[in-house]
Amino acid sequence: MTQPNLLVELKHVQQVYGGGERRFIAVKDVNLIIHEGEFVALLGPSGCGKSTLLRIITGLQRPAEGRVLYRGEPLKGVNPKAAIVFQTFALFPWLTVFENVDLALKVRGVPEKIRSAKTLDLIDRVGLDGFETAYPRELSGGMRQKVGFARAMAVEPELLCLDEPFSALDPLSAEALRGELLELWTGGAIPTRAILMVSHNIDEAVFMADRIVVMDKDPGRIVATLEIGLPHPRDRKSPQFQAMVDQVYSILAGQTQPEAVELGTAPGEPGFTRGLPHIYINDLAGLLEHLDGLPGGRTDVYRLVDDLGIDSDHLLRLTEAAELLGFARIEKGDMILTDLGETFAEARILARKEIFATRVRRVPLFRWLIALLQASEKQRLKWQVVKTALELEFPPEETERQLDTLVDWGRYAEILVYDDDEETFYLESAYLGASQPQP
Amino acid sequence: MDRLMRLFNSERKQAQAFTWGDLIVVFAIVTVLYMGVRLAWDAPPVVRAKEISLAPAALPWYTALSVGRMTAAYILSMLFTLIYGRLAAYHRRAEQVLMPLLDVLQSVPILSFLPVVLLGLSALLPEGLAAELASIVLIFTSQVWNLTFAWYQSLTTIPKELREASAVFRLNAWFRFKTMELPFAAISLVWNSMMSWAGGWFFLMAAEIFTVGQRDFRLPGLGAYLHEAANQENVTAIAWGIGALVVTVVLLDQLVWRPLMAWTERFKVDMVESDTPSASWFFNLLHNSRISRWFSETVFGPLMDRLDRHMGRAVPSDLVFRNGAAGRKWLDRTVLLAGLGALAYGVFQAVLLLITVPIGEWMQVAVGVGATLLRVAVALLLALAWTIPVGVAIGTTPRLANVLQPVVQVTASIPATAVFPVFVLILIGLPGGLNLAAVLLMLMGTQWYLLFNIIAGARAIPQDLKYTARLIHLKGWERWRTLILPALFPYLVTGMITASGGAWNASIVAEHITFGGQTLAAVGIGALIARATAEGNYPLLLAATLSMILAVILINRFFWHRLYQLAEERFRME
Repeated sequence: MTQPNLLVELKHVQQVYGGGERRFIAVKDVNLIIHEGEFVALLGPSGCGKSTLLRIITGLQRPAEGRVLYRGEPLKGVNPKAAIVFQTFALFPWLTVFENVDLALKVRGVPEKIRSAKTLDLIDRVGLDGFETAYPRELSGGMRQKVGFARAMAVEPELLCLDEPFSALDPLSAEALRGELLELWTGGAIPTRAILMVSHNIDEAVFMADRIVVMDKDPGRIVATLEIGLPHPRDRKSPQFQAMVDQVYSILAGQTQPEAVELGTAPGEPGFTRGLPHIYINDLAGLLEHLDGLPGGRTDVYRLVDDLGIDSDHLLRLTEAAELLGFARIEKGDMILTDLGETFAEARILARKEIFATRVRRVPLFRWLIALLQASEKQRLKWQVVKTALELEFPPEETERQLDTLVDWGRYAEILVYDDDEETFYLESAYLGASQPQP
Repeated sequence: MDRLMRLFNSERKQAQAFTWGDLIVVFAIVTVLYMGVRLAWDAPPVVRAKEISLAPAALPWYTALSVGRMTAAYILSMLFTLIYGRLAAYHRRAEQVLMPLLDVLQSVPILSFLPVVLLGLSALLPEGLAAELASIVLIFTSQVWNLTFAWYQSLTTIPKELREASAVFRLNAWFRFKTMELPFAAISLVWNSMMSWAGGWFFLMAAEIFTVGQRDFRLPGLGAYLHEAANQENVTAIAWGIGALVVTVVLLDQLVWRPLMAWTERFKVDMVESDTPSASWFFNLLHNSRISRWFSETVFGPLMDRLDRHMGRAVPSDLVFRNGAAGRKWLDRTVLLAGLGALAYGVFQAVLLLITVPIGEWMQVAVGVGATLLRVAVALLLALAWTIPVGVAIGTTPRLANVLQPVVQVTASIPATAVFPVFVLILIGLPGGLNLAAVLLMLMGTQWYLLFNIIAGARAIPQDLKYTARLIHLKGWERWRTLILPALFPYLVTGMITASGGAWNASIVAEHITFGGQTLAAVGIGALIARATAEGNYPLLLAATLSMILAVILINRFFWHRLYQLAEERFRME
C-alpha cells in the first residue's frame, strides 16, 4: 500500500449473481496489481469475467466482495482518473466528431476557449483533422475508434482502459490502430500512467502488453500471469514472440485430461458439471478435416487461427469440443488428431452421425437428459422443465445457450427430437424404452 | 402512405399475460371510478351547453379551441411521460407497479370513463370549466400511454456501452438527459406523438359532443359544430365542418409533424446512412432560411450554452456507489401499506355501492356486455372482409398504391367520431335501427388499423417467397393458405388488437345518440352507460363501466395475448 507507483490494487475481488441454490460466481477471488508505467492485458475466453473485472476497476460496477483500491484509497464510485475506450465505440451518433470529443471536456467545466483548442489538437493527433464536422455514421470503423481514443485522451486519464478496442474493426485498421496507440504510449506523448486492455485475442495481447493476466472461465478467475519482456516494436515472426504465443495457447487450451475429468459429472451429481462448448458440428468437422490433412495430424494450436481464419475464442471452443468428444487431444500447445477423430474426418455423413452419436452419449449432460426422458411419463419433457433443472447448474443465460447447443447436437446425432411448436423434447425412436444406451 | 402505415401499426400494443399487478391496477381503477361516481351525486341535473353557431365564420375560432384542447392535453401528456417513464426505467421497485399499470390503462376503453369524469367534475366546478377539463383529461388519457411507453422503452434500450461512456466521462443527470436520453428517444417520441394526436382527435370529438338526457355537455369546437350541423340537417355546414377538420389535420401534419420528423432524422442510432430519409419542404424552408440561422446562432446557441454551464454546476453528479439505507426501506413499506389500505377502502366502498344494484340491472349489464361484444366481433369481421383483399392488393401492386394513396390518406385522417352525426343521418333509415347502425359506426373507427397493418404485412412478404410460390405453381386458395395468410398473421393480430380497442371505445358514442331532440339507443353496454348517466343512476353507472373495463381486460389477457404470442413465435419473419 505504501508503494509509490502502485495504481490499482484488487484484493480478493469476487463477483456473484443470483442467490441461494442458484448462486453463480462470475469472478472468483481475484488479486491484481497494476503499477504505473505498465501496459497490462487481461486475456481470456468469452465468459471469463474479464469485462466485468474492467468495470469493477473503473468503478462502473461494485464488486460483491473484496476491495478495490486506487492509489491506496478505496474506490467510492466511477473512478474520475480513468477513461474507457469501448468495443462498440460508444460514440453519440447525433454528435459530430468534434462534439463527441468536446463533450468530455465540457461536462468537466473546461471553459470554451481552452476546450476547442484542445479538442482540435486531439483530433489532429489521432489523425482525424478534416473530419471534425463528420458524424460517426459517416466514418469507417477504424476512424470511429480513433474518435473513441481522442475522447478518452481528452480527459487525460491516469488509467486508460481498453475494452476489446480492436475486435469490432477490420484486420487492417485494427493493426494500424494498434501501432499508433503503441507509438503514443511508448513515446510518452500522453499523460496516461498505465493502460489496461481487455482482449480475447492472444496475438494482440502478446504484441502490445508488458504483462498478460490470463483468465479462464467456470468460474472466472486468474490462471496465470506472464511477463512479456520483449522490446517494442515487436516482431511477430520472431521465435521469442511465437514461443510466447504458443505458451499462452498451452495455458488456455490446457492439457487433455483423462476422460473422466474431461467429461465431468452429470447435473445433480457431485462434482463439476461440464457445459457443452457452443459450436456447430459442421465447424468441428471442418477443423478435424483440416487436421487430417496435416502431416501426422498435429499442429500448434496458435497456427490454426491463421490457417482457419477464425478468432482465438472460436478456436478454443472448437478445441474444447474436440477434446470432450475424444476427436483430438492437446499436448503442450499442440493439437493432435486421435484415431477416432481421423475416422470421423474421413467418414461419410451417415457414418459421421453414428460416430458422433456414440461419443455424445458419453457426455454426462446427454446421459442425464436421455435418462430423464426415458424415466418421464410418455417419455417427453417440456423445455421449461429441462431449463428449470439445468438452472441449478448454470446461470440463466448460459442455461439457454446450453439448451440450444443440446438441441443442435442432439438433432445432429439423431438422438433427440425437439418440437418447437409444443416446446417439448423427446427421444428418437431408437432410444425409446431402451433401458440403457449402449456404451 | 408509409407514414400513415406506421402510424396505424402500433407495434407497441402488445397483449400481456395476466399478473398480480393487474389485480392491483383493477382495484385502483375501481377506487378512482368510485370516487368519480361519489362526486357525480352532486352533479347538476340539467346542464345547458352554449349555443353553437353554424356560420362558417365561426369555424376558425372553433378550430382554434379544439386544437387548443389537444395542445393542452399533449403538454400534460409529455410532462407526465417524462416523469413516469423515468421512474419506471430507473427504479426497479417502481417499475414493478408502474409498468403493469401502464399496460392495463393502455387497453382500457377510455371513453367509458367520460360520463364519470364529466359528472364528477361538473359537481366540483362550474359547468363550462368542468366540460373543458373533462375533455382535456380525456384526451390526455388517450394520448399519454403510448408516449410514456415509448419513453420508457427508449430509456431501457439505450446501449449499455453508451450508458457506461456517459458515466465514465462524468455526464451528470442534465447532460445525460440532453445528450443521451432525449436524442435517443426523439424518433420514437415524435412517432408516438403523431399517433397520440391522431387518437386524440377521436376522443376530442367525442368529448365535445357528449349529450345525455337533460345534460348537454357540448363544448364550442369542431366536434360540436359538426354535431349541431347534423342535428339541423344542414348539409352546407357539414361540408364546411369536415373541410375545416381535414384542413387542420393536413396543416398540422405539414407544418408540425413532418418537419419534426425530418429534424429527428439526425437522431437515428443505426450507423448506416438511410436510403429514404424523411423529407419535409417546410423543414427545408426553415432550415435554410436566414431568420432561423440567425435565431440559432444568436439566441438559441448562447442560451443553450448558458443552460449547460448552469446545469453542469447545479445538478450534482450521481456517480458514487449508493448505499441501501435501512430508513428508506421502512419509508417505502409505509407508503406501500398506506396505498394498499386506501385501495382496500376504495374497493370496499365500491362493493357496498355495487350491492345496491338490483339483480335485474346486473342482467342488463351482462346482456349489454354480450351485445357489445357481439357487435365488436361483427364490426371486426366486416372490416376484415374488405380490408384483407384490398390491403393485399394495395400492398402487392405499387401502381394501385400510388392511385389510392391520397384518397386513403385523407379518409383515414378524419376521426370517426367527427362524422358520427353525419353517418347517423344516413344510417338511421336502415332496418334494425341503431342496433345495426352502431356496428357500422364502430367499423368506421376500426377499419383503418386493419387496412394499414395488412398493407404493411403484404409489402413485407419476401420477394423470394413470392417467386418460389410462382415457381411451384401455387395458385388461388393454396397460395393464400401457404403464403399470404401466414405472412399476414402477425400484422393481422396487431391490427385486430388495436381495432378491437377502438371498437369498444366507439361503442360508448355509437350505441346512444341524441339526435334532433330524440334519443336513439341500441342494446349494449355503451348505451347502458349513457342511460345510467342520463337517469342519474350512479350504482348502475359504476357497475356498467366496471363491467365493460373488466370484460375488455379479460378479453385482452386471455384471447389477444394468446394470439399475439402465437403470431410472435411462429409467424414472425426475421
